[in-house]
Amino acid sequence: MRKILLIFRKDFLVEWRSKQIFPTMFVFSLLLLLVFNVAFEFRSDINFRTVSAVVWITFIFSGLLALGRSFSLEKENNAFAFLLLTPVSRSYIYLGKLLSNVVMVLLSELFILPLFLLFFLFDAKGISLSLTGAVLPFLGVVVLGTIGFVSLGTFFSSMALNTKLRDMMLPLLVFPLIIPVVITSVGICSSILEGKPLDYYSFSLQVLVSFDIIFVLLCSLLFEYLIEDSGD
Amino acid sequence: MRIAGTDPFPFKKMRKILFFLTFALMVLATWMTLFYAPTEVVMGHVQRIFYFHMGTVWAATVAFTVVFVASIYYLRKETAKWDTLAYCSAEIGMLLLTLTIITGSIWAKPVWGTWWTWDPQLTTTFILWVLYAVYLILRSGAGGRGKKARYSAIFAIIAYVDLPVVYVSARIKRGISPVVFGPGGGGIDPAMMHTLLVTLLGFTLLFVLLLGERMRIMNMENTLYARSGRGG
Repeated sequence: MRKILLIFRKDFLVEWRSKQIFPTMFVFSLLLLLVFNVAFEFRSDINFRTVSAVVWITFIFSGLLALGRSFSLEKENNAFAFLLLTPVSRSYIYLGKLLSNVVMVLLSELFILPLFLLFFLFDAKGISLSLTGAVLPFLGVVVLGTIGFVSLGTFFSSMALNTKLRDMMLPLLVFPLIIPVVITSVGICSSILEGKPLDYYSFSLQVLVSFDIIFVLLCSLLFEYLIEDSGD
Repeated sequence: MRIAGTDPFPFKKMRKILFFLTFALMVLATWMTLFYAPTEVVMGHVQRIFYFHMGTVWAATVAFTVVFVASIYYLRKETAKWDTLAYCSAEIGMLLLTLTIITGSIWAKPVWGTWWTWDPQLTTTFILWVLYAVYLILRSGAGGRGKKARYSAIFAIIAYVDLPVVYVSARIKRGISPVVFGPGGGGIDPAMMHTLLVTLLGFTLLFVLLLGERMRIMNMENTLYARSGRGG
C-alpha cells in the first residue's frame, strides 16, 4: 500500500508541476460544452437523459485525451524504464498510476460540473439540488464511473503509445470496452436528476461497481505482460 | 508449392476427411433447413434463415472462445503457434459474426418490421463485432511480432471478459430478441431441433476446417518470410 502511495505521489507531483492533464481536460471540456450547446439548443426544453449523456461524453472524451498525454511524459527521458527498475511489483506501478490518474481526472471533473449546472440545468424545472438527495449521489456516481473508464484508459494508454497509430489507438481500444460504464453512469445520473429513489437504479449501480472491481483487478494482473520488455 | 511443417493437422489424411465430412454436413443442413424442417406457423418461410443464423453465431462464439484461450496460453508460454491460432480464429470469427448480423437483419425485417434495433443481444453483437475489428486493427499497427502478439493477446482477454458485462448492462433496457430455450422459452418442434443440431454441427466443422486452412496459409507465410530474411 505504501508503494502504491509513493508512485501516486510521484505522478501527482509531476502533474502538479507540469500541468499536463488538468488544462487539457478543462479546456477541451469547455469546447465540448460549447459544441453541445450550439448543436442541441438546450435552452428550450431540457431532458435529463440528454444532459447526463452530455456530461459523460464530455468526461470520457476529455479524460481519455488527457490520459493519452500522461503516459507520453513517461516516454521522454526514458523515465518509465527507470520506474521499472525499482523493486516494486508491476501491479503496484499500475495501481499507483491509476490512483493518480483517477484523482487528477476527478479534480478536473469537479471544476467542469458547476459549469454544467450553469449552462444546462440552471433554469431546469422540477430539479431539486438537495445535498443528500442529488448532489452527493451524483458525485458518487461520477467517482465510480471515472474509476471505470480511467482503469482501462490508464492501462491502454501505455499500449497505444507503442503502436504505429499512437493517439488514435487509445479511443479505439477503450471506447468499445467501456460501453457498460456509459450505459450505467448515464442511466443512474439521469435517474438521480429526475429524483428517482435508489431502488430504481440499484441494479445499474451493482453493474457499475462490478465493472470497476473486475477491470481494476484484471488490468493490474495483466500489466506485467503489457510492459514486459520496453526494448521491442 | 509444399512447405514442410506448416500443416496444423497432425495427420495428412485428416484434412481430406474433415473436408468431405464438412461438405456432406453442410449439404445435409441446407436440405434439412429448406425441406425437412416444418414451416413456422407465425413467421412462415423466413424463419428458416434462423438455422443458419444460429449456426454462424454459435461458430463465432466458439471462434472467440478459442481466441480467448489461445491468448491466455500465449501470454503464459510465449510460443508463436498460440498467437497464430488466436489470430486465425479471430479472423474467421469476424467473418461468421458478420454473416450472423446479415442473416439476423434479413430475418428481422419481415418479423420485427425493422432491419436493426438496439435490443440487448443486438447491442452486444454490435460491440462484439467492433471489439474484434479493433483487435485486427491493433494487430496491423502494433509493430514487431512479439509485441503484436502480446498486445493483441492482452486485448483479446480483456474484450472477452468485457462481453458478459456489456450484455448485463445492455439488459437494463428490456429486449425483444426471442428466447428459445430456458425460462420463458417457447419450446421447439423435434424436426426443427434436428435441423438446428445438424446445422450447429456443420458450422462447427466448417469453423475447424477454415481455421486449419487459415493457419496453414499463415504458417507458410511465416516460413517464406523467415527464408527471405525479412521477418514476419
